Amino acid sequence: MNVESTVLHDPTSEFAPVNQPRRRPPTSLKGKIVALQDIGKLRSDEFLDYIEEDLNRRGIKTLRTAKPTNAKRAPVEILQKIEKEADVVVQALAD
Amino acid sequence: MKPVSSIPPDGLIAVVKEDCPTCRLVEPVLQQIGSTKRGIVVYTQDDPTFPCDVPQVIDDRTLNTSFDLEIETVPTLIRHENGQEAERVVGWNRADWQRVTAVADLGEELPAHQPGCGSRSIEPDATYKLRARFGDTGIRARRIQVDQFEDEIETCFDRGWSDGLPVVPPTPERILRMLEGTSRAPDEIVGQVPPDLAPCTIERVAINAVMAGCLPEYMPVVLAALEAALEPNFTLHGILCSTCFTAPLIIVNGPITEKIGMNSSLNALGQGNRANATIGRALNLIVRNVGGGRPGEIDRSTFGAPSKYTFCFAEDESDPEWQPLSVARGVTSGANAVTLFQGEGVQGILDQRSRTPRELTRSLAAGLLAVCHPHICEWAHAVLVISPEHYSIFRAAGWDRDRITDALFEATTRNGEDVVQGAGGIAEGVPKNRAGEMVPKFPPDGLLLVRAGGQAGLYSAILAGWPGGRAYKESHPITREIIE
Repeated sequence: MNVESTVLHDPTSEFAPVNQPRRRPPTSLKGKIVALQDIGKLRSDEFLDYIEEDLNRRGIKTLRTAKPTNAKRAPVEILQKIEKEADVVVQALAD
Repeated sequence: MKPVSSIPPDGLIAVVKEDCPTCRLVEPVLQQIGSTKRGIVVYTQDDPTFPCDVPQVIDDRTLNTSFDLEIETVPTLIRHENGQEAERVVGWNRADWQRVTAVADLGEELPAHQPGCGSRSIEPDATYKLRARFGDTGIRARRIQVDQFEDEIETCFDRGWSDGLPVVPPTPERILRMLEGTSRAPDEIVGQVPPDLAPCTIERVAINAVMAGCLPEYMPVVLAALEAALEPNFTLHGILCSTCFTAPLIIVNGPITEKIGMNSSLNALGQGNRANATIGRALNLIVRNVGGGRPGEIDRSTFGAPSKYTFCFAEDESDPEWQPLSVARGVTSGANAVTLFQGEGVQGILDQRSRTPRELTRSLAAGLLAVCHPHICEWAHAVLVISPEHYSIFRAAGWDRDRITDALFEATTRNGEDVVQGAGGIAEGVPKNRAGEMVPKFPPDGLLLVRAGGQAGLYSAILAGWPGGRAYKESHPITREIIE
């Protein structure tokens, strides 16, 4: 099958790499709120429970969020909630 | 139907389309050649069932082979020998076809000659698409593959290439088409664009012009605007990173404004005209994408302004009595030019009662005094856009550009004691030691007059300039001739 794609040409000076760089992780989680995002696969909640317990024990606040299904992107409302209320995100994979 | 294959190294080839009367005329001729031992391979551009009853008809609706063979006319008959083209005939010419095919009685029942039609591969825009698909585009900018399920406009947003409005995706065919708008080589460097001082090639200008929505014929204006903006005295870096409201404002003069359909009349400072809107936007996109001048980063404007999207219009040169701005600034009459100004938005002046030039001058001057701040003097330039109805008052009294300018300078020059810091209980103002002077509002070349606007309306418009121009010996409007 011929899979068609579009070619675009970069309008920039190309001083920066083609992909947007990932934001640097914080040097410390002190005072940060960590969102724990359940991607909707089986048993990812167990993993997040473990992470949350560990973070809370260290005095770090957490925010639990969950995608309704792992088969689709996270709803905009959840992404906006994380953006607004958290500093760092951990997305749990399934086992 | 056979799939498109490589071009046969030896033998006869014809390229046809069903939509062409001459191709339909030669259908029995192609059948006759096809029935000979030598045969013929026919590439069909539009209808895979045409011509009928010919053994080797190849579907070339993709126009791949037509592009490779550089077909301009159909029908075209080609004889290949040892992988090389030995002979080519375009249209129908019985004697030539008989010679090339070596079929003596070929097409005896047809007229001796009939010209062909244009090949689909040279239809408008097809050239660029085919070159992008099958040829070497020569474009050097980095290629970015967008998956078929991605929306390329969203990709442009995601990559940070947009000013906030959707951009036209810069595909190779669009870039090639845009480059046709200039005779300059794609790899020529126009200059270094601040703030990153990144080298900007003609190709990179074309890419951003595509994204802005320009037509190729706008390219000379975009290039002249960019070159003017890059003149050191325009201080592009300064107006970009300033906390003020300023952006490059482009005023275009000369016959090119009519040629490319620019608006100098109704709503000239507003929306709705493609050339006005996209030329200004192209310059701002170049500053953003090539120069790296993005709001929130090096662009530190406190408020910004709509002009940071686009601000470009043409001067109304319909009145022979009026000296165009470009001519007043040294460009030969009749030549095309851009004037770049460090401009903000639009401040309207409504004066529907003045009937003499002196009344109107005082009225316009009162509005001009508000540029930056009523007590700040000699810091900013300004453009005064005079409407046809306001201009008619000056014109009726025989006042030309110089007379109006001089009168406005005089009317905007005030006693220092009225504008010094603290005067009238206002802290802002010129230094107190100037209390004994007459203080002009604008520096010597600080007031530009332009004619534009619709026929009805006793209004004029002030386009305030950049207060950073207080270093007015170092920051100036720039006028530059447009080279087509």
